[in-house]
Amino acid sequence: MKAPGGKSNRGLVARLLLMTAGSFAFGFALVPLYDVFCEVTGIGTRGQLSRASAPVDSAPDANRTVVVEFTASVPDGGRWEFAPVVASMEVQPGRLYEARYSARNLADRETTGQAVPSVTPLRASQYFRKTECFCFTPQQFARGEEREMLVRFIVDRELPPGIDRLTLSYAFYDVAKVVDGNG
Amino acid sequence: MQMAHDNAAAGHGDQHGPPKGLVRWLTTTNHKDIGTMYLVFSLAMFLIGGIFALLIRAELFEPGLQFVDPGFYNQLLTMHALIMVFGAVMPATVGLANWMVPLQIGAADMALPRMNLFSFWLLFFAFMLLLATLFVPGGAPAAGWTLYPPLVLQTGDAFPMAIFAIHLMGASSIMGAINVIVTIVNMRAPGMTLLRMPLFSWSWLITAYLLIAVMPVFAGSVTMLLTDYYFQTSFFNAAGGGDPVLYQHVFWFFGHPEVYIMILPAFGIVSEVVATFSRKPIFGYETMVYAIASIAFLSFIVWAHHMFTVGMPLAGQLFFTLATMLIAVPTGVKIFNWTATMWRGSISFEPPMLFALAFLFLFTIGGFSGLMLAIVPADFQYHDSYFVVAHFHYVLVPGSVFAIMAAVYYWLPKWTGHMYDMALAKWHFWLTAIFVNVLFFPQHFLGLAGMQRRVPDYATQFTDWNMVSTVGGIGFGLAQLLFVWLIVKCARGGARATAGVWDWPHGLEWTVPSPAPYHTFEKSPELH
Repeated sequence: MKAPGGKSNRGLVARLLLMTAGSFAFGFALVPLYDVFCEVTGIGTRGQLSRASAPVDSAPDANRTVVVEFTASVPDGGRWEFAPVVASMEVQPGRLYEARYSARNLADRETTGQAVPSVTPLRASQYFRKTECFCFTPQQFARGEEREMLVRFIVDRELPPGIDRLTLSYAFYDVAKVVDGNG
Repeated sequence: MQMAHDNAAAGHGDQHGPPKGLVRWLTTTNHKDIGTMYLVFSLAMFLIGGIFALLIRAELFEPGLQFVDPGFYNQLLTMHALIMVFGAVMPATVGLANWMVPLQIGAADMALPRMNLFSFWLLFFAFMLLLATLFVPGGAPAAGWTLYPPLVLQTGDAFPMAIFAIHLMGASSIMGAINVIVTIVNMRAPGMTLLRMPLFSWSWLITAYLLIAVMPVFAGSVTMLLTDYYFQTSFFNAAGGGDPVLYQHVFWFFGHPEVYIMILPAFGIVSEVVATFSRKPIFGYETMVYAIASIAFLSFIVWAHHMFTVGMPLAGQLFFTLATMLIAVPTGVKIFNWTATMWRGSISFEPPMLFALAFLFLFTIGGFSGLMLAIVPADFQYHDSYFVVAHFHYVLVPGSVFAIMAAVYYWLPKWTGHMYDMALAKWHFWLTAIFVNVLFFPQHFLGLAGMQRRVPDYATQFTDWNMVSTVGGIGFGLAQLLFVWLIVKCARGGARATAGVWDWPHGLEWTVPSPAPYHTFEKSPELH
């Protein structure tokens, strides 16, 4: 294929197709880039909230109390009963606390749940550290099983002043499909 | 820029004509035929999408549910948007590019004629597939044209059909874009340097690069939806560690350049029309080119202004607000240059100029409401309200669509060889220009008063303005029948058009006879 000017169309088409392929690849590259971007800038803390933090060895701040509220949701019409055991706690920043959520499998089969945490207000979420959480791993439930699950957390002493109330929320998903991979 | 054409009619005496009948349209690789097919296809889609819009407006005439159930309402608005964006506006500009880019740069045809044919028919079948979703169990896609998960994952049997249709139309757009770039880069007549090229061709060159950069990203994002749906990947599924907000980022990384893909060719058209009917060369030609290029560049770094309410850090909000506002600068340059072109011009008000002038005023209104939406605290109020609906309809309808109509009125005599009915065209213009405002202006008030978009029912205090808007919609819709009638009439006959058509024709397309012969510029024109 030669244009009248003698320039090669084929070479240009090949370069443009390469650009197209590059754009397609870039679309997929946005997926890991998104996570990396969030980690590096410390904005979304999705990754951090789902991982154990090392226990912080600091004295609790006895002069400050912060209210931590617990909420729970069951998205996608999942067959669960899922709720926090206590609705809220008053905590001192720097001290380790324990809270429990209770879940019951209402489906007539064994299944697996995965809790996905989030903390609001958004800017407080990086000061909320968990040393242990049922949300770190998928939770297996036998048919009809009910049990309480544990989360241990510390509110960082560095929590900016002005925040006196945090909400820890868990969405409890049915992940039997995703875990087994058999649809 | 002085141009001459040595073989206007003389050199074309021995040309062979196209095959007759249906075969011509199925097998043609001629850029003019393919341009015509794109334009006719786009007009058909404009009417179908318009019928969906009228059904939406009929439902919204009064509060309560009258004509359609909420599920079907959501299908209507999703299909209306997909059809208007990908079936009406984009193919119309592709059709104009097919017709006019070779004529403007002095090329005999598009560089890749068979790929041209292939991309038209891909688009055609993509839309047959998309329209067929209306008849499958579960109905058409109903999650809005943005196809946000998790909602879109509730689509019924239509889901894979819609995704495949998007893949096909994306492939079609990319091939069209490659064709335009190769044509412009390799096939310009000797002496037609890039900075002598008419602005319509310039706007399309830049649009074509935008298409290549972002359509594949859209293809990628819907592919991720597809694998989330069928193969348990978790790109956007929170249960498996994904994030639905990621979809919004990927989608709008495509979506914002996409809106410029729809408006940049319109800028090119308006530049041509304003110059012709002011009888002056465009003011600030080079700044026009740089303005288009800057707008195209900025379109890549503003996407998150569509999703301020998902929760993002202050730095992000500030960045996207300021970057968005920055777009007003090159856009302002363009508006200034168009106005300066008219300054001390001898202006006449033929139908293309009327549409271009209406574009200047009404597109600017849409631009200003866009600036309001760019301000984060204000956006939190306006988000997903009818104010947003009013904003993007102002930039799309009296923006892109008016420019496309200006282009049709500008080049129709060149295509058909006949002058059209000027009185009818002016009726069409005035009815369209008045009713488009009756239709969309009240939606600003509704949005500011708190009416949400994408809901078939509303609180009773919104009734009056909704009634006004619906009346405007019906008037606007009926006025378009005049447009169809005028085009049919002009294709069939009318006063013979001269090669120049207008008083101050400027550019190579006006050196060939009207109608433009089946083959033009087989011998490159000479430019002086």
